[in-house]
Amino acid sequence: MSLEGFLQNIVNSLQLGSFYALIALGYSMVYGVLLLFNFAHGDIFMVGAYIGLFVATAILALVALTSIVLPGWLILVLTILAAMLLTSFVGITVERIGYRPLRNAPRASAAITGLMIGIILETGNLIILGAENYSFPALIETSTYQIAGVSITNKKIMIVVVALLLMLALHQFVQRTKWGMAMRATAYDFAVVPLMGVPLNQIAALTFALGSGLAASAGILFSLAYPVLSPYMGITFGWKAFVAAILGGRGSILGAAVAGFMLGFIEIFVAAFFPSTLRDLIAYSIILVILVFRPHGLFGEAYTAQLRL
Amino acid sequence: MNKRTLLIITGLFLIGAFIVSGCAQAAQPAIVIGVNAPLTGDIPKVGEGSKFSAEMWLEDINAAGGLDVGGTKYPVEIVIEDNESKAESATKANTKLITQDEVLVIVGPQSSKQAVPAGGVANDNETPMVSPWSTNPNTTLDRPWVFRTPFLDPFQGPVIANFVTDEFGFSKAAVLYDVASDYPKGLAEFFKGAWEDVHGADSVVAYESFTTKDADFSAQLTKIRESGAEFIFTPQYYNEVALIAQQAHELGWDAPIVGSDSWGSAELMNLCGDDCKGQFFSTHYAAAGATGATKEFIDRYNEKHGYVPDDVGALTWDTMLIIQKAIQDCGTITGDIATDRACVRDALAQIKDFDGITGKMTFTEEGDPIKCAVIVQISDAGEFEFYQQVCP
Repeated sequence: MSLEGFLQNIVNSLQLGSFYALIALGYSMVYGVLLLFNFAHGDIFMVGAYIGLFVATAILALVALTSIVLPGWLILVLTILAAMLLTSFVGITVERIGYRPLRNAPRASAAITGLMIGIILETGNLIILGAENYSFPALIETSTYQIAGVSITNKKIMIVVVALLLMLALHQFVQRTKWGMAMRATAYDFAVVPLMGVPLNQIAALTFALGSGLAASAGILFSLAYPVLSPYMGITFGWKAFVAAILGGRGSILGAAVAGFMLGFIEIFVAAFFPSTLRDLIAYSIILVILVFRPHGLFGEAYTAQLRL
Repeated sequence: MNKRTLLIITGLFLIGAFIVSGCAQAAQPAIVIGVNAPLTGDIPKVGEGSKFSAEMWLEDINAAGGLDVGGTKYPVEIVIEDNESKAESATKANTKLITQDEVLVIVGPQSSKQAVPAGGVANDNETPMVSPWSTNPNTTLDRPWVFRTPFLDPFQGPVIANFVTDEFGFSKAAVLYDVASDYPKGLAEFFKGAWEDVHGADSVVAYESFTTKDADFSAQLTKIRESGAEFIFTPQYYNEVALIAQQAHELGWDAPIVGSDSWGSAELMNLCGDDCKGQFFSTHYAAAGATGATKEFIDRYNEKHGYVPDDVGALTWDTMLIIQKAIQDCGTITGDIATDRACVRDALAQIKDFDGITGKMTFTEEGDPIKCAVIVQISDAGEFEFYQQVCP
């Protein structure tokens, strides 16, 4: 492979990895705090993309109606923020209806609930919006730059930068705020910490809200890069992000981010060096091997009854 | 929400669903035709096109007071089953149509991924099936009960290879296809074979694949860009074409991207936009500039549904008329479903020079028609314009 091809694939991997990382964070946080695999997370990502589509369409319609001039990037920022907020409520609702009644149930029951909520979200979308594929509006004009034979678009740069900023913001929130501290405490021991006055229900809701918000941002960035929306877009992508969450290490925010990018790199470079027919076979065999040697993931710690984030 | 309320709500919901679905079932009519189509899933627009055409045909039959078979008018009912664009759901839908709804003949499934396995079910149960869109040879191969109305991929592959050779004078091809779906995989192979026949071994310089539901093709496209290929052939469905064309252009690709009949959906331009303008693909009919019965059909469909029908709509229309002719050729409806199915199968096999809106059709031994393909170019207005016709 030529140098240009190599560099081009690094750019490709960074974009793909951003999505995996953002979605993996949601899985990882919920698992860390509530010891729960939220299998509906991939579908929350899908819901986030659709909410983003509606917010963007609504803003565009409003702009057209009132002849206010808004630059594309501003509409995009507003769309991301509004969709993150709205999708947080979806996440909170899912937690309230689907998971809270099962908080003390066997973990397998809660995981199955997640799968069912996922199916309800997919088919609910199908019934409300029909099976049609929707196209996400191109909010910002795509410009392609050629740097040393490598094609980079402004969208790709923006996607990676926004994803990194969001991860940084999450890290600061969890490490620096009182709520973040409460989350970490709950992750440490969710049986005892509530006895110290930490409201478990609110922490659970907050965890779901943060995870869903990140999934929504991933959904919108994803729709900008791949502007065809369908009710099933979250399934396979959600699974892969789940792999990244496990690879990163149970409940580790840094781990989920690193593993998300790593998964992007592995997928792209396997397809680049081997016949692309074998891409998933080889890529996921590599991950299997990594897990055999590091069963707790890259940044995970060995399981003890107390430590979970 | 306490558990009892939840239970009551779920219970009421289920009872309601039963009542609604109960109402939808009418008394058993004399002639039932099953349609097995992807109304949801990856390619809903394809299912919609078939459904609309079948319903238009039914309107005509109902307006005439039923289907005239040997002097008696029989009421006709169409049962439409959704196969969710999945192979396993398509076989399930066929089984239901055959055993539960006791249909006389099945129309569909559309894409080969569903039509190949579903054709097996129809053949094993001795029920005639006509696929309006499947171009993979395996759909009808060694299946006397299965027919189709489009041309086949062993024909389409060389048509595209020859067209690109003559039109552009290229000698290095790249192929990008879905390895998990029968139609793209089959057509990619036929194209590769045909291209190498003309340009010699190793003239397909990149032969890249992905799997259904992938959205990122950047690694494959980077490889294609590196390979020195002069164009990309991608026999994919409209939703994937939109992503492939856009990502190719973002990677600095500016050579042609050539497609096959799966491109020809009204939805393509909504999703793909400028990235698809000027590209060529092979298909069954060109809507822009059609005349005669074809134009009549297009206008009627357009008026009713607000868009120009896809090739699958036109092919379904032909399919409905062919099965109508086969049923009428039978002469009588005995009421014994096995006898009637056998009679319709034999009548289908006998059909000669049927003048459809997508061309003249005579079924071969395998139940495949021999017909022409057209190459269309996507105009700047987003219309599929006739470019040339290629006949076998």
